[in-house]
Amino acid sequence: MAPPDTPAPSSPQPNAPEPLNRLSQADPDLVRRLTAEIRDAATAIGRPVRLMEVCGTHTMAIFRAGLRSLIPESVRLLSGPGCPVCVTPMGYVDAAVELSRRPDVTVTTFGDMVRVPGSESSLERERGRGADVRIVYSPLDALRVAQERPDRKVVFLGVGFETTAPASAATLLEARRRGVGNFLLFSAHKVVPPALRALLASEAVALDGFILPGHVSVVLGAAPYEFIPNEYRRAAVITGFEPLDILQAILMLIRQIAEGKPRVEIQYSRVVRPEGNLAARRAMAACFAPCDTEWRGLGRLPGSGLRVCEELGEHDAVRVLDLKVPEGREPVGCRCGEVLRGLIEPEECPLFGARCTTAAPVGACMVSSEGTCAAHFNFRTSEGGR
Amino acid sequence: MCLAVPAKVLEIKGATARVEIGGNVREADLSLVEDAKVGDYIMLHAGFAIAKYEPEEALRTLELLKELANGAA
Repeated sequence: MAPPDTPAPSSPQPNAPEPLNRLSQADPDLVRRLTAEIRDAATAIGRPVRLMEVCGTHTMAIFRAGLRSLIPESVRLLSGPGCPVCVTPMGYVDAAVELSRRPDVTVTTFGDMVRVPGSESSLERERGRGADVRIVYSPLDALRVAQERPDRKVVFLGVGFETTAPASAATLLEARRRGVGNFLLFSAHKVVPPALRALLASEAVALDGFILPGHVSVVLGAAPYEFIPNEYRRAAVITGFEPLDILQAILMLIRQIAEGKPRVEIQYSRVVRPEGNLAARRAMAACFAPCDTEWRGLGRLPGSGLRVCEELGEHDAVRVLDLKVPEGREPVGCRCGEVLRGLIEPEECPLFGARCTTAAPVGACMVSSEGTCAAHFNFRTSEGGR
Repeated sequence: MCLAVPAKVLEIKGATARVEIGGNVREADLSLVEDAKVGDYIMLHAGFAIAKYEPEEALRTLELLKELANGAA
């Protein structure tokens, strides 16, 4: 099948200001000229270039717009460990399942987590058996449930990176302010930079640069990524989520590589400030302490997790409910770990598309709508395996 | 998971705003942004505004894109 020459339009945002709309409705002529520039710049480098998109939302945007087929073959895009649900270890899912079985506990969670299989059940299955598991859109909804049901311990499953952790933090601080003692946070929050460091340090994957996550960077700013060019001499661009954003970032990365001047650039300047969001980081600092935590596929990474700090211990589900997070075992045959490190494409896993599908997922990368396996599965015909 | 959408601030009461997303009105907590005003576009994630959009920067990106596509930048 001939590659399409324009990306599919992204979701329309009819109320957004005019320049935002113009970015989301990619002008085909602009896309053509941009991809031609990418081709020329990549040819000038004279060797294949490997770029990793860290964020699952980028993976989805790249597949939805068919960007892999628009760029030259010498520019390989690899998907990384940037889907929070996918990197949450199975032991956490097992602990959440165990929690949901307790008669006095209500589990509240974002929708993505309920279908993730634990070693012997999932939250969805427990809900079918009568457990009180509720999907919320915001941790503030969970706080509301806690206020309405003072007779129950209402646990919010805190899963997500720096984009989401401030929302959990602000909600926890609000719970303390309102004196809602039955609101508890079970934190599996993680921070992104240590995972990038682990990928660079392992050298199992030869990467030339990172398409850095836009919404994580709204909070972090640029400084936490400086080690990428300074210590590892790799290119880095903080990138938005429209097809034009991603194409522009690819061109910026290839030019950094061609010039031999790696640095952290911000393509997504309409929302990312160099200093990030200070108020969000203050909320995180008031609520969390860094800890070592396990990532699916990457193992235990020092300083990569956020646990509820001592001062807010009465809202820490781990402490109040004496939770144990068991060592997780991966499903037999599942290669999510290698997919998350960009070592293999999902199609190389024997379960992919056979025993593991979006309707009946085995591994976490197939469960989450932003998982790499789900993206490959949903778009498998249009991408022709590239 | 890290999806976030632009929303227009319609009304502010204390630390909470009513915001519009594609014709739907929702609540947004403003405690994580410092200077949101009625008429601004904020980025909404999990019930919280986590950033303010700068429409001028979006225009700058569009201009830069055109320069890049012409091989000028």
